[in-house]
Amino acid sequence: MSRKILVILVAVGVLAFCLGMAGCGGSDESDGKEERDSIIIAGSTSVQPLSEAMAELYMEQNPDVAIEVQGGGSGQGIKSIKENIADIGALSREVKSDEKSAAAAEYVIAKDGIAVVVNKDVKVENLTIDQIRKIYTGKIKNWRNVGGDDRPITVVSREEGAGTRSSFTEITGIAADGVDHTTKAALVQPSTGAIKKTVAKTPDSIGYISLNILDDTVKSVKVEGTAPTVDNVLSGRYQIQRPFLYVVNGHISETTKAFIGFIMGEEGQRIVEETGFIPVN
Amino acid sequence: MKIREKVIERLILLCAAVSVAAVALITIFIFSSGGPVLAKYGVLRFIFGNDWSPTSGSYGILPLIVGTLGVTLGALVIGIPTGLGCAVFMAEMVKSRLAKLFRAAIELLAGIPSVVYGFFGLEIIVPAIRDYLLPMARKLDPDVPGSGFSVLAGAIVLAVMILPTIVSISENAIRAVPKEFHEASLALGADKRETIIKIILPAAKSGILSSIILAMGRAIGETMAVLMITGNMVKVPTSPLDPAATLTGTIAMEMSYAAPEHQNALFAIGIILFIMIIALNGIAQMVAKRFGGETA
Amino acid sequence: MRKTWKSKGYFCLIGLVAAVTLGTLILIIGFILIRGLPGITVEFLTEKPKMMGKEGGVFPVIIGTIYVTLISIVIATPIGVAAAVYFSEYAKKGVLMHVIRFFTEVLAGIPSIIFGLFGFAFFVVFLGMGWSVLSGGLTLSMMILPTLVRSTEESLKTVPMAYREGSLSLGATKWETVVKVVLPCCGPGVLTGLILGIGRAVGETAAVMLTVGGSLVLPVSPLDSARTMAVHLYTLASEGLSDEKTYATAALLIIIVLVINSLANYISGRLTKE
Repeated sequence: MSRKILVILVAVGVLAFCLGMAGCGGSDESDGKEERDSIIIAGSTSVQPLSEAMAELYMEQNPDVAIEVQGGGSGQGIKSIKENIADIGALSREVKSDEKSAAAAEYVIAKDGIAVVVNKDVKVENLTIDQIRKIYTGKIKNWRNVGGDDRPITVVSREEGAGTRSSFTEITGIAADGVDHTTKAALVQPSTGAIKKTVAKTPDSIGYISLNILDDTVKSVKVEGTAPTVDNVLSGRYQIQRPFLYVVNGHISETTKAFIGFIMGEEGQRIVEETGFIPVN
Repeated sequence: MKIREKVIERLILLCAAVSVAAVALITIFIFSSGGPVLAKYGVLRFIFGNDWSPTSGSYGILPLIVGTLGVTLGALVIGIPTGLGCAVFMAEMVKSRLAKLFRAAIELLAGIPSVVYGFFGLEIIVPAIRDYLLPMARKLDPDVPGSGFSVLAGAIVLAVMILPTIVSISENAIRAVPKEFHEASLALGADKRETIIKIILPAAKSGILSSIILAMGRAIGETMAVLMITGNMVKVPTSPLDPAATLTGTIAMEMSYAAPEHQNALFAIGIILFIMIIALNGIAQMVAKRFGGETA
Repeated sequence: MRKTWKSKGYFCLIGLVAAVTLGTLILIIGFILIRGLPGITVEFLTEKPKMMGKEGGVFPVIIGTIYVTLISIVIATPIGVAAAVYFSEYAKKGVLMHVIRFFTEVLAGIPSIIFGLFGFAFFVVFLGMGWSVLSGGLTLSMMILPTLVRSTEESLKTVPMAYREGSLSLGATKWETVVKVVLPCCGPGVLTGLILGIGRAVGETAAVMLTVGGSLVLPVSPLDSARTMAVHLYTLASEGLSDEKTYATAALLIIIVLVINSLANYISGRLTKE
């Protein structure tokens, strides 16, 4: 008896491994995806909470559809639709010129402001874009130089490649001509949530986070005299803002189309607002 | 019947060879993904370059290497004496029942997932350094970075993580020293302390050494804990209180967001890491063999 | 006289070091359990997370963890046991044996982030499995293979030669001997390896993060993405979404891993007693 079981186990194990090795082509993978009524969304972690909320409601209304939301970052979003491992790529920045070829269509589903936040002990209320740039490029190292106390500034940033970082550095001019000049003397955290937590607990620190996760654990500063609020983002007065995009490749399924329609519609845009982001329609 | 036996033997051999296949596959995929960047950028420029700005096409990983080595060194400085102390304590000082209890505790320590250590470091060690150590350090040097994320925090947590490796292998090595050594030394009038320091530890040195090298490998390869507590500042750290980025942490953090070439550069970091670890494990095995001690 | 004082100081120091080590263990576990246990409620265990884990429970995460772990041990166990049988029963001393053993040692030493990189390049992208339970399970099965081989082999070594000789002399073939006589003797050894493997799989983060993805939806098919407890803890801890949920998740993870490891300890302890 035990022998049989063992033989079967060994056989299954070897078989599984061989299959894994041999199935290199794996061409049936992409076809299978369209047969199931499933949508895979991959990309920016900033868009992820929004996608999750959308998916949750949409699946409640359409029980036969399964939506899977992945992180990975904006670059991954583009790559996933290019490699056909996702149906929708989520981006928290504009599509770059060298990425245009992969995206057959793009939809602005929401807008987001990037709030500049400081630890609560920092006395500064307002920063100009120029000051922010100088702080982040390491030219200003002390709060004294921007009207605060005589304390060294602790700069907190996202990692290279993150959508929030590229939006932030491009809008503020920290990055110019494709080169990111963020000071090397910056703490790096893997999400804006982690930045918020770090800034909240580290004296004299400055960071940038998605407007929707802004809360009273940190202090947001005005940028060029404008507070980061929904109205100010929509009116364009608050300068550090970015679009949330869904991009798709050439083979878009009916299910995916319907889902995007839902998001751009009234109900979807209400969720955008509820999640703390800024609706576009 | 004969044929069946032969077939089974072959099948089993195949299963044993899976590890070979696995290592080969890993090597192939890591090297083929990271190799081109290394070749194009230049291995020496990659390793000794001081500027890691992957989105701008600059791939110098010296700050990461120094960060990793700094954290590892710190962990060893804290971990070796502690680990050896524990090993001596268990092998020489207490009764076997207490030693057993202690061993169980050490094994628990080994079982705690690294992300839990990272969480612990983030919630206890980093704030402790920020709130207690830094205010003192700032009196001497007002420019000390004030976040608490630091090489020191990483080293402390890693030291705890490598303890089980050092303790268990060293303890075995100490126990393997023949009783006669002990008795002879005591008979010659040495006291217990002298016996341990001058006789037992030197006799167990191969085991102890290989435990240290293995621990070093573990510290270099550790990812989550260091990612969460060293601050990931891509700048060569000059003091234990500076934040630092590590090879592993950088891979884990930047992997998912990376553009294709950036991603390949991360694989190239993987190659460097891979070579470091293989070399260390090779040395550990050699040391163990050379001195005729027990293998790890 | 001076000598004994020096000695005493020396032993006090060592005792202190040992006490500090024990204290650290108690501090880590105690700190997390005390702050986390109150958060582990029935709702926490059975509800799905809301708002990225800020509220709600961890049900899909628990299922995801079990799913990934199960796949990894189902694949690794037969291969690992067979490999151990090869080493201890079939292998003749020679180059082949040395090569295979060397590679098994190498595999054991590879850091998890390298497994993650490989799993991503091979299973996720090259084989087109995407971020999925299957990709993660396969990656983890490679990681836990050496543990399984080692612990099975150790216990195979303890089976007396006479058993094998007896069986063979009664006319049984080598394979029959292995399956009917040798292997049944070392069930606990295999089990210990298996449990240690499970412990490692449950606690693993870096490799899983790069291969399973981070979806919070309940995984059904092996090709679905999922999130394991360790990855969930990492996300919660670094983003600081909710202290209560973070500590509860950490406590749950630590309890599971401790139970698993104690079980392994207990079984291997009984094994050595016999």
